[in-house]
Amino acid sequence: MSAVRGYFHNIWLAVSTVAIGMKITFRHLFVPAVTLQYPDVKLKLPERARNRLYVNIDDCIGCDQCSMACPVDCIIIETIKSTPDQDLGVTSDGHKKRLHVPKFDIDIAKCCYCGLCVPPCPTECIVMTDVFEFSEFDRHNLIYNFSIMTPDDITAAKEKLKKAEEEAAAKKAAAAAAAAAAKASAAAQPAPPAATPASPPKPEAGKASQETPSSADAAKPGEAPEKS
Amino acid sequence: MDALQNLGVWGSILIAVVLSALPIIFILLYALVTLYLEMKVAAHMQDRLAYMRTGWHGTLQPFADILKLLQKEDTISSEADKKLFILAPYVVFMGTYAGFAAIPFSSIYIGSDISLGAFFIVAVSSLVVIGILMGGWASNNKWSIFGAMRSAAQMVSYEIPTALAILVAVMITGSLNLQDVTKFQEGGIQNWVVFGGTLPLTQKLLLIPFTVITFLILFTASLAEVNRTPFDLPEAESELVQGFNTEYSGMRFAMFYLAEYANMFLVSAVAVSLFLGGWSSPFGSVMSGPVWGIFWFVGKGMVLVFLQIWIRWTLPRLRVDQLMYTSWKVLTPFLFVCIFGVGLILVL
Repeated sequence: MSAVRGYFHNIWLAVSTVAIGMKITFRHLFVPAVTLQYPDVKLKLPERARNRLYVNIDDCIGCDQCSMACPVDCIIIETIKSTPDQDLGVTSDGHKKRLHVPKFDIDIAKCCYCGLCVPPCPTECIVMTDVFEFSEFDRHNLIYNFSIMTPDDITAAKEKLKKAEEEAAAKKAAAAAAAAAAKASAAAQPAPPAATPASPPKPEAGKASQETPSSADAAKPGEAPEKS
Repeated sequence: MDALQNLGVWGSILIAVVLSALPIIFILLYALVTLYLEMKVAAHMQDRLAYMRTGWHGTLQPFADILKLLQKEDTISSEADKKLFILAPYVVFMGTYAGFAAIPFSSIYIGSDISLGAFFIVAVSSLVVIGILMGGWASNNKWSIFGAMRSAAQMVSYEIPTALAILVAVMITGSLNLQDVTKFQEGGIQNWVVFGGTLPLTQKLLLIPFTVITFLILFTASLAEVNRTPFDLPEAESELVQGFNTEYSGMRFAMFYLAEYANMFLVSAVAVSLFLGGWSSPFGSVMSGPVWGIFWFVGKGMVLVFLQIWIRWTLPRLRVDQLMYTSWKVLTPFLFVCIFGVGLILVL
């Protein structure tokens, strides 16, 4: 008897559950779609969504901290020191900029979107944006160059630095020579003028602009005696 | 009829060709609509939107799909039995299309007004099994042959409940010709066979439980006949990689697809003709006539097609043993009871 009851109960279960299922699907026929028409309508990403990196190069001081924080080494920064006479301005939060940034490349194809580069930045110039649609046909296009320096700017900055360094080196050498001469003159009293002719030739070989040497001169002669 | 005879041999051949081509035009249009309907219903039942970018709400998508299928490379694997492989889709479609010959679309249009209409449809739709078996065997692919074997087992078992259910309607209407069956049900919704037909009131009331159950069983069995969910074991894409049509591509695959959709309408048309009044208007003489007949027939057929789609996106697939259990232990015994009951009521 229970077998017969089981048989009919089974049929009743099948029919009733099919009816329940069909009722549910029919109701969903009139439920508005939960999907978005993606390219036309986009989901608003949360405030802290981590997607494409953006660098506000005007605020970058070239400190390289983001590059060091990067676990996959996708940020490559090169810097050129500015010479003391140049004023590169200040960042929006008041940091003084001391370095040219001729290269600030992010290989976004390598980027793992960890966001570790963002907190170290002292000027908050590297940020993760909510842009996530940047596929390319050529992966070289995924290396983003954020530097705004032109090749001419870079060579000019490099040459200026080189010149300044050479002049500084010359001055140092001159100061060293002067110090040596002073030592020598201290040892042998009657020959003070011999040292002075020895130092001038080198600044003259370094030549050209008179202003930098003069300012450097003003500072260095004071130091040189103290060192020696 | 006299006018047809006056046209001579060529004239009558021309008319025969035109008349027999009408259902295929209908099938092609219907397939376009159903392709779209299936995807849209599927999507909305899952709270999605489906096609939205080809035309207004994706209405041009069926054309795009057909264009894509036309352009596809037609591949035949080197180990396949080429003759059978090429023949199979046409046999499947032929089996389906032949069934349309006995379907009365309207009071003035029936492909072939034969006295054995319903029996002819049951017999000729068995060709579909042969075509599917051919395709699966000729593919020389283990999944295809699994699918084809399942299909054969399933369709052969479900032909029995289908035939028995048709028999119940035939007992009530007294004719196998679907045109006569439909004429028996004319005069409004209360005369449909599912509501007891045009019989005296006491007989009608006694018949209704049996006819309703029979109609539900016929619909269930026809789902299995056309290999649709929950009886889509022959295709079972998650286990058999599309079953018998795995190796097919391009237009040959499209042929199978078209046959499946045509078959969906065929079984719906049979159910409509036998139980839901065919082309007759549900409001008696209001909105009846040959042209309204086509509207009612296609409309009722599409309701059942929608029901098939609805079930497809509701129910999961049955297991093979559950499938056989349903057919042999539930549907067939119930139909025997129905036949006995209906016979008893009609005799009394």
